[in-house]
Amino acid sequence: MASTPVSAWPGAAKAQAPVRPEAEYALPDVPQQLTVRRLPLARRLLQHPALRKAIILVVLAIIWELAARWQDNDLLLPTFSQTAATLLRDLANGELLGKAAVSLGILIQGYLLGVAGALLLTVLAVSSQWGRDVLTTLTSMFNPLPAIALLPLALLWLGLGQASLLAVLVHSVLWPLALATYAGFQSVPETLRMAGRNYGLRGARYVLQILVPAALPSILSGLKIGWAFAWRTLIAAELVFGASSGKGGLGWYIFQSRNELYTDQVFAGLALVIIIGLLVETLGFHQLERVTVKRWGVQR
Amino acid sequence: MRWPHVFAQEGDVALSRGSWLRSAAEPYASLAESELADRLVSRAHPIPSAAPSQALPSHAVQAGAALLEVDQVSIDYVTEERVLRATHQVSLQVHAAERFVLLGASGCGKSTLLKAMAGFVPVSEGAIRLAGKRVEGPGPDRVMVFQEFDQLPPWKTVRQNVMFPLLASRRCSKAEARERADLYLDKVGLSRFADVHPHQLSGGMKQRVAIARALAMHPQVLLMDEPFAALDALTRRRMQEELLALWDELRFTLVFVTHSIEEALVVGSRVAILSPHPGRLRAEINAHAFGLASGGSAEFEAAHQRIHRLLFDEDRAGGPSTETASASPQPAPAQALRRVA
Repeated sequence: MASTPVSAWPGAAKAQAPVRPEAEYALPDVPQQLTVRRLPLARRLLQHPALRKAIILVVLAIIWELAARWQDNDLLLPTFSQTAATLLRDLANGELLGKAAVSLGILIQGYLLGVAGALLLTVLAVSSQWGRDVLTTLTSMFNPLPAIALLPLALLWLGLGQASLLAVLVHSVLWPLALATYAGFQSVPETLRMAGRNYGLRGARYVLQILVPAALPSILSGLKIGWAFAWRTLIAAELVFGASSGKGGLGWYIFQSRNELYTDQVFAGLALVIIIGLLVETLGFHQLERVTVKRWGVQR
Repeated sequence: MRWPHVFAQEGDVALSRGSWLRSAAEPYASLAESELADRLVSRAHPIPSAAPSQALPSHAVQAGAALLEVDQVSIDYVTEERVLRATHQVSLQVHAAERFVLLGASGCGKSTLLKAMAGFVPVSEGAIRLAGKRVEGPGPDRVMVFQEFDQLPPWKTVRQNVMFPLLASRRCSKAEARERADLYLDKVGLSRFADVHPHQLSGGMKQRVAIARALAMHPQVLLMDEPFAALDALTRRRMQEELLALWDELRFTLVFVTHSIEEALVVGSRVAILSPHPGRLRAEINAHAFGLASGGSAEFEAAHQRIHRLLFDEDRAGGPSTETASASPQPAPAQALRRVA
């Protein structure tokens, strides 16, 4: 039909499928090895994220080595092999490990204080309307403030010792974690809350047994962000303002090496910062996620 | 095994073991035929919602006072700008071992009424009493099974989920809770999945866990808010069967909210019909004569029609002219069409 518009349904009008005879089929036996099969070895190995990440790191190291050799300037860009040698040397003689331990010690203290503070603030926010407004106002004021900008103030108020570093670390952890925890609590489904109240849970038991596990994906992401901010702030504080409590951490090592123009040591220090970050992520948060949110099916 | 505080109602011949396999004609042996005719065919006067006690047939009060009493209850919704009346002066009595269904279209306040029975929503007028004591807030004596699948905490295994309310309400020691959990998981047929997390279960299995969890508490009243609405039709049918079998064995008191007339007649022994905007009690119908095998029988279709009319012809007071339509049996094709679950 020449006059059919373009938008009309193609095909014959009032088309009808032919009526075919009915049939019942015997179900074929499916051999066991087809129903459930193992993946080939290569694919199974590559399922492990650790192996894939190791491959990525090796590729990056090769790129670095090639770029440094092409640059051919030890002061600007030492090669990967030089950095690795320096790192191993300073690890072997205990210098780097000692400094890393000092940094990590302060970091863990500050981190735990920040976590406790965030939990307190969030419980306050959940239990009353004023508490909620206090949390949202304080967080929106202090979250954008870089912790490193507060360090001179902290040094002035709390002296040159550990206290000022801890104050700054708590600031960098508290606000993002409180925000993430609160957002997590807000997103707990109403049905789950009603079920908890139905069984007689109230107050602290309700928060600990219903809200915290239900909000765990958000809490974990808040913990990861808090950790990253704290680590960054600590290294920067040690770098910019010198020794922490007179003992010198990793940032101090990097600062000193830069002053003495040992660029390979600078890179070794940076590499250790990166390695510690990677280890905390893989051995800490990833494992925590694996036994909690991934096992429960609430996060892919 | 029976509920400790419950006695079997003598009138329920229809629901003895295996009864829902028998034909629909037999269950009426327990009722006087005149009473049946009166109830199904010629309602001479409508039930005024303000005086429900007159409308209750005499045999229903033989067991004693009601277990759960809703006394002239009105519930208001408070939004940011307005106060809306969700239900208006509804009065109901739920007796022990009764399967009481709240039926109505959306907006009739049936879920709100159920939440008020559970204690999640405060009442503005009237009172809800459980065994004489006024309901003030949520508590473990009225356990609710919700419609959504996320009522099961995903961080607990199936067994831990069933144990959870027992431990949270401090009713049992851990060992006793575990024993009860295993017993009720066996009753719902999920013993093999006791150590699995909820996200690995299908929808029907999740609802079965929720039912086991509620029953393990031995609540005085089991409240169910459209628990099978989110399931596919085949699973829904299976779940209705299993619920009736569980009731048959345990004789718990059930308050069930649904929007499906067929589900109300099949699952319930007494159906309260609510009219929307705001929710008011329109009628109370006895459905203990119907079971899973009743679909398609003349009485079932008549009751279905009658409830349909009660739900959707709100302006008519139920005069005699409307009764003749329900008295004559339905033509066969219409019956066959409606048998779709």
